[in-house]
Order: sequence, then C-alpha cells, then structure tokens
Amino acid sequence: MTHLLRMIVEPGFFANQPVRVALLAGGVVALVSGVVGMFTVLRGQAFAGHALADLGATGGSGAFLIGVNPLWGFVGIGVAAAGVMEAIGIRRPRGRDVATGIVLGAGLGLAALFLYWDATVTNTTGATLSVLFGSMFVISGSTVPFIAALSALALAVVVLLYRPLLLSSVSTDMATVRGVAVRATGTAYLLAMAVAVSLAALTIGAILSTALLIGPAATALRLTSRTGLAVLWSGLIGVAATWLGILLAWDSFYWPPVRHGWPVSFFVVTLVFLFYLIAQLPAVGRIGRARARQARTGG
Amino acid sequence: MTMAQQVTGDADMLAVDGVSVRLGGREVLRDVGFAIRAGEFVGLIGSNGAGKTTLLRVILGLQQPSSGTVRIDGAGHSRHSPAIGYVPQKVLLDPDMPVRARDLVGLGLDGHRLGIPLPSRGRGQLIDEMLRAVGAAEFGNERVGNLSGGEQQRVLIAHALISRPRLLLLDEPLANLDIRSEQEIVELLASIAREQRISVLISAHEMNPLLPVMDRVVYLAAGRAASGTTDEVVRTDVLSKLYGQHVDVIHLHGRILVVAGRGEGPAETIGDDGAHCDARAAADWR
Repeated sequence: MTHLLRMIVEPGFFANQPVRVALLAGGVVALVSGVVGMFTVLRGQAFAGHALADLGATGGSGAFLIGVNPLWGFVGIGVAAAGVMEAIGIRRPRGRDVATGIVLGAGLGLAALFLYWDATVTNTTGATLSVLFGSMFVISGSTVPFIAALSALALAVVVLLYRPLLLSSVSTDMATVRGVAVRATGTAYLLAMAVAVSLAALTIGAILSTALLIGPAATALRLTSRTGLAVLWSGLIGVAATWLGILLAWDSFYWPPVRHGWPVSFFVVTLVFLFYLIAQLPAVGRIGRARARQARTGG
Repeated sequence: MTMAQQVTGDADMLAVDGVSVRLGGREVLRDVGFAIRAGEFVGLIGSNGAGKTTLLRVILGLQQPSSGTVRIDGAGHSRHSPAIGYVPQKVLLDPDMPVRARDLVGLGLDGHRLGIPLPSRGRGQLIDEMLRAVGAAEFGNERVGNLSGGEQQRVLIAHALISRPRLLLLDEPLANLDIRSEQEIVELLASIAREQRISVLISAHEMNPLLPVMDRVVYLAAGRAASGTTDEVVRTDVLSKLYGQHVDVIHLHGRILVVAGRGEGPAETIGDDGAHCDARAAADWR
C-alpha cells in the first residue's frame, strides 16, 4: 500500500516549496475558473472568455518587457479588454461576437510585437513559454496573496450576482421585468471573467486558460440538472484536474525523452479533456437520464 | 367605439392612453389606447408585425413610448412594477443547461436578489404549490430546455405568477403549441384570471382559441388599435377602418375569419403569420 502510494506520489512531493505554492495557487485559481466558467457556458459567452484568455498573452508579454510581475499584465489587459468589449457593444449576441473578434485581433497583434521584443531586445528567454503556457512551478510566494485576493473578488461577484446572472441568461426581458439591472450585471460578470482567466493565464498559460474556464463547466453539465450543484461540480473538476496535473508533472521528471519533466499545463488541460470525455460516456448519461425519469415518475 | 378608445375609471388595472412608438423612423404604434379592469381576460390580437410585442414592451417599461402614458393600477409607470407578471415568447435555454423548472419558478420569486438562494422550507413549498397550480408538478425537476412547448409555457406562467402579480402579460404563449396544449393553456389562464382576479393580457395572431374565454379584445392592425367586446370590435366596418381597406368578418361554426377583398378575385384572409391565403384554406383553420 505504502509502496503503491510511493509509486504514485514520488518522494518529496509535498515537501517541495514550488509544489506547495503550485497546489495552493493552482487549486484556488482552478476553483474560480470552474465556478465563473459555469456561467460563461450558461450565458453563451465562451468566445468572449476565450478572447479574454488569449489577450492575456498581450498583457503578460508586455509585463515581462517592462519587468513587472506578469500577474498585473494579465489582469490589467483582461480588465481593459473587457471594458473595451463592453463599450463597443457586447450586448447583442452578434455585436458581441464582432466586438470580441475586433478586440482579440488587435490585442494579439500587440502580443506578437511584445513577445518578439521579449525574445530579442530584453533577451528574456522563456518569457514566451511562460506567458503562453503558464508558470505554475515558478509562482513566487509573494504573489500568492494577490492571487488569493483577486480570486476572492471574482468569486464574490459570481456568488453575489448568482440569481440575477442566472435569470438574465434565461431571458434579459424576464430579468428586467423582475427588477434586475441587466446591463450592470453583465458588465460585472465580464470583469469577473476577465480576472478569472487572467489568474489562470498565470498558472496554466494565456492560451490554455480557456480550457479551465470551459472544460470543467461543460463536464459538470452532464452530471447534474441542479444549477447550484453544477457550479460546485465545475469548480471541483477544475481543482481535481489541476492537482492531478501537478502530481503527474512531478512524477514525469524521469520520463523520456529529456528527463526534465513534462509541462504541467499539458497534464491539466489533458485531464480536463479526459474528464469531459468520461462524462460523455453513455453510462454516465444514463445515470443522469434515470435520475430525471425517477424525478418525473416519483414526483 | 372609437379607434383609440379613451380610457376612463379608477378601477382600471391597466390604462394605456394615446401611446405612439416610433422605431427607426417607422411608426410602429399610433395613438393606441385601451383599459383593462381587475380580473378581466383580454386578447391582444393582430398579425405578425402589427405591433403586439412592442405594445407589451411599452406596458412592461422595456420600451419608451414617443408619446402617451401607461398607468398600472392607477399609478404612474416605473421600469419594474411588482404588480406585473410577464411571460415572454420564448426563453434561451439549450436542453443541456442545468436549470430545472423549479429553479426558474424560484427565480420568479427572488431572481433580482443578491446572493445564493438558501434552501428554505417556505420557499420550496411556495414553488411546489405554484408548480401544482399550473399543472407542472410532475416535471418540476426536469431541465427547462428539455420540456415541450406547452410544458415550458406552464413553467413560465408559474415563474410570472409566483410573485403574486395583479396583471399578467403573455407574449404569444400559444404560438407553436399543438391544439391540445393550446386549449389547456387557455383554460389554465382563464381559471387563473377568474379565481385569483388577475387581469390577463395575452397576445395572439389567432383569436379563435381565445374566443370562449375572452372578456374583451384589443385588435391591432397597422399600428392602430380598436378595443371592446369581440362583437363590438371584430366587425366588418370597424376592422375595415382599422386596416384601411375593406375586410369581411365571417362567422363560421363559432369561429371568426377575417377576410380581405370585396369578392373580386380570390378572397384573402388576414391574420395567421401575416400571410395571405385563400378562403378555402382558411376554412381549415382551427
């Protein structure tokens, strides 16, 4: 038993300081992404979420260029992009996609320039890799409080606006008639989403953070019909994928080809996808359907 | 009986007076006026594009009229009036979205509140009661997106009624329903209006399913309205004036057909989806 455990959890895992920071920061960020992401899926804003995630690359690479903690680059650009998207018409579905596309295109152009300068002018080797694919194991301990505070902020927005968000994603007219400030609610949510993907950009990378936003939520949809439970599942699936991913990355240190460990982001994203596939299995679907039938006949 | 009947009386639950709406330079509603008393069941009848949805949006405060006033229960209008329950034409929920019927009904109670709804016995009982009242108890735990059109309408009606409004507005609730669900929904609404003295304003492009239960009709055509009892409004002279062209009103086995044209060439009916079809096809109407 101990032997088996030792095989799965290589010695030194929990004693390692970067691993502990990664487990803590990665876990918190995954929880926030999962919870926020459930509403992204409910509201049909996956494209906006993906755009905000990708744009993190612009902020992150810019931050490296001027020597600032990349977290502020990610968050700063995310919030700014959310503001611009809101301003040029994210309200109507089509205007929303167009606005998102325009901002995304412009932002990624800048990212190309910044990443080029990072690599050539300031000679920050590794900047590209860590901006695009994350830096879970090199998060400095001093950054953790900020990560926690921003996470708490994004979570608080979603918890506070839980009902207005849900109702306005069912029908904006119904929500308005019920007294919901639909526009303000949407703006607040967009900002929370920007913060969530910015944090995930720090851990698993700007272009992979979409996976933590959408994947767990898409998986949770299959597991329950209860909104609250789905939100919870989504958060937990994100955390599970992240923690398992960290473990596998640690274990992979002696794996071929380079015997230097595989990237943790690869494991996290692959696990998210694997969970999604498992949830699509007919057997899992049958459980859901049987529950629905039971509810129907059993009253 | 005038085109824009003047509104009167303090007992009116809803009073619409001289409402005009211009949207993008086009006059969608012109000097529309009518009133609904407590417990009255009123049909808002007109073809697609006649301005039914716009009128409902003005009453709800979702659309600002260019002129005219709307008074609800004698009071001036605010954007969110607790006296109004609203059932939209449709909701945007895919079948796989985890929102159950009872969740949506619960949001009718406190969807505007901040924070997560705490499971309380009182809230749960109220939701169960409402689901039973609209005949939706057996699918209360199913996802809204998985329900049939008729089942969804029941859930939306429960959502609107749970906050105990005194005026219920419904936007084309009978569209896309099969005949049986259509009758069931009409009967449900009629009994709600009767038993709870809730005023009901229901829009429809087809008036026949509503004939047995309607107290009065507001007929919209080309942005103008005529209101009164069915016999007062759905007449050849009144509707011809409203449409600005000659139309015939034909009674057939207890149903009413509104037919355009004066007999030269094939007659056309006005109504269903704004489409024009010949009188023979119209005879097949429900």
